[in-house]
Amino acid sequence: MKALRILLLLAIISSYSFAQENVFTYKKLPSVKLKTVKGLPYSSDSIVNNGKPVIISFWATWCKPCVRELTTIADVYDDWVTETGVKLYAISVDDSRSMTLVGPMVNGKGWDFTVLLDPNSDFKRAMNVGPIPHTFLLNGKGEVVYQHTSFAEGDELNLIEMVRKLNLGEEIK
Amino acid sequence: MGTISMLFLVPLVVKSQDFLKGSEVHGNMQADATYYLADPKTGITDSTLAGELIRMNAFTEVNYSLGNFTAGLRFEAYLPPLVGYSAQYNGVGVPYWYVNYKNDFIDVTAGNFYEQFGYGMIFRTYQEWTLGYDNSLRGLRVKVTPVKGITFKGVYGVQRYYWEPYKDYNRGIVKGFDADFYLNDIFKSLNDAKVKLTLGGSFVSNYQRETIKDIPSDGKILALKLPQNVSNYGGRFNLNIGDFNMFSEYAHIINDPTAMNNYIYKNGDGLFTNLSYSKPGLGISLMSKWIDNMSYKSDRALTNNMLNINYLPAITKEHSYALASMYPYSTQPNGEAGISGTVTLHFPKNSTLGGKTGLSVTGNFSQVNGLNKKQVSDTTYIGQIGTLGYSSGFWSVGDVVYFQDANLEVNKKFGKKWKGIFTYLYQTYNKDVIEAHAPGDYGTIYSQIGIADIEWKITKKHTLRWEVQGLWTKQDKGNWAAALVEFTISPSWFVSVVDQFNYGNSVASQQLNYYTLGAGYNYNSTRISVSYGRQREGIICVGGVCRYVPATNGLTLTFSSSF
Repeated sequence: MKALRILLLLAIISSYSFAQENVFTYKKLPSVKLKTVKGLPYSSDSIVNNGKPVIISFWATWCKPCVRELTTIADVYDDWVTETGVKLYAISVDDSRSMTLVGPMVNGKGWDFTVLLDPNSDFKRAMNVGPIPHTFLLNGKGEVVYQHTSFAEGDELNLIEMVRKLNLGEEIK
Repeated sequence: MGTISMLFLVPLVVKSQDFLKGSEVHGNMQADATYYLADPKTGITDSTLAGELIRMNAFTEVNYSLGNFTAGLRFEAYLPPLVGYSAQYNGVGVPYWYVNYKNDFIDVTAGNFYEQFGYGMIFRTYQEWTLGYDNSLRGLRVKVTPVKGITFKGVYGVQRYYWEPYKDYNRGIVKGFDADFYLNDIFKSLNDAKVKLTLGGSFVSNYQRETIKDIPSDGKILALKLPQNVSNYGGRFNLNIGDFNMFSEYAHIINDPTAMNNYIYKNGDGLFTNLSYSKPGLGISLMSKWIDNMSYKSDRALTNNMLNINYLPAITKEHSYALASMYPYSTQPNGEAGISGTVTLHFPKNSTLGGKTGLSVTGNFSQVNGLNKKQVSDTTYIGQIGTLGYSSGFWSVGDVVYFQDANLEVNKKFGKKWKGIFTYLYQTYNKDVIEAHAPGDYGTIYSQIGIADIEWKITKKHTLRWEVQGLWTKQDKGNWAAALVEFTISPSWFVSVVDQFNYGNSVASQQLNYYTLGAGYNYNSTRISVSYGRQREGIICVGGVCRYVPATNGLTLTFSSSF
């Protein structure tokens, strides 16, 4: 019953706020402490791209579709950056078991985007990510305008198409 | 909070619309429901199903944030829990809720929280939905960052144990403190130094009220005197010099007689070290882990996977292909010595080995042995209850091989439309030790596994993917073959057919096909999938925890969404 009341309270709060703005849009990323692949501190507040779109992708070394997604993007990433100025942050949720493998793997595969570690899934939880891969697209203001779970070949085309739209100032539905 | 007081809140909320500007509500949910069918060939009959044909695990988590303030909760329902999950989950409720306030200096959480100190050998609470694992601490957590580069954390609380509420010291009270120093941030002169150094240290203590435990042993009752406060502490460092990185953590547990170690009074030790070197095109990682008597739970009588205070992951490679994960290693907290090395190489496009499209190769080798345990005296056998148990030199390695895995993975593109991943593995799996059977019951399983994973991009949006797998072994259930065909239409649809065939089983009636048909639909961050078929029994491992899953047959519906 306690839970029901809290839910009710949340519903009330959100419905009133809803009248003014969409409370279900991430207007600002949660501030969470991450690590670089070298084990150095990094704050999610630093996930920015000077007014250009940002892609955030949650993945892990043991997740085959995730690695497939990032491998596919890595092949075209240079072209994407040159054309649109987009920046990709790949957040690895590998825990202690495999987090020390992330840096060597990313470098070994020659991936060019920024890879960060979230070893106890703090950022994953703060972004309400369930199954991975889970990809977010942020506009130049840092608001999440699109998210997608799972990966199929061709999804990357969809993603870059939306980045182009954002650059043209179009709305993402 | 009564319903009446809620009514008072409503106008308050209305009035404070401006105050609430900037509020955000986010959440996610998942439901897995299965309709189980009898399947006598796998031993599932109407009587084993016992009429509980439909089962479901589901949760919804909602988080509310406003400025520096966040609050959230998770509702869970297991009605009843899916086959393979503990029956103790049967029920509904809110096992997780919290309120948090955070600014640049302080971060305070009341309620449930997940936290990790360093590598986790001293303290880690986390949740793994697919495993039914949750050891969140309920209590208070404070994190302080007095200056950039220094973080102090304090935790105090009791762990979640299924739906069992904490009362009358029915499990331990856990307290912990951690300090972390990033020297390059602390000292201005080091800001741009090439050498980067992080130091950390943790201390955790677990209080259990019981002081005497009567345990029957050799026809007598042994009254064991128990320590009420058991501590686990240690330190760590991370050193980074250009392309080199080194990380190490050491942990020490003061004697903790538990059901896990057969109530011996030996101290526990653990040392994890990772050394890596990487530059574009080459990545090398070398790990070693040595643990001795490192089980640390907030209930010493427990022998299941729950209530772990520390985290002891395996350092062997985690495989996701079906046959490669048939015999997964899981950590032996009572003692093991392991090494693991991984090399990743990438030959770029238009190089001799890379060809026109590039080539990636990953090789990995790992081995885990038992420890070299010696008797503490002639009259005390190794691991004898109520004694010091055994002696083992620091970093000692025994002769018994628990697990070995040598594997090679080649990633290759063939033109623009075809891609392949080819994997070969050779695994040694000491079934008696890993699955806790009596020595000699099953012995050791030696298996060779080959996997081809081919992808054909038919059009920009349509892709067909095949997996062909084989596992060859003379032991256990003999040879297996597996195949998968998956068709995806970006960004929404997939259909798949999988079959695993145990054609080498020495029992003819057990030469079964484990087939599954699946289909699913994705819309943004919502996913619905349906699968029908027979699942083989197996062990699912995520991170350091493994769960046994019995064979099942049925129709499964999975729904997940986040907003």
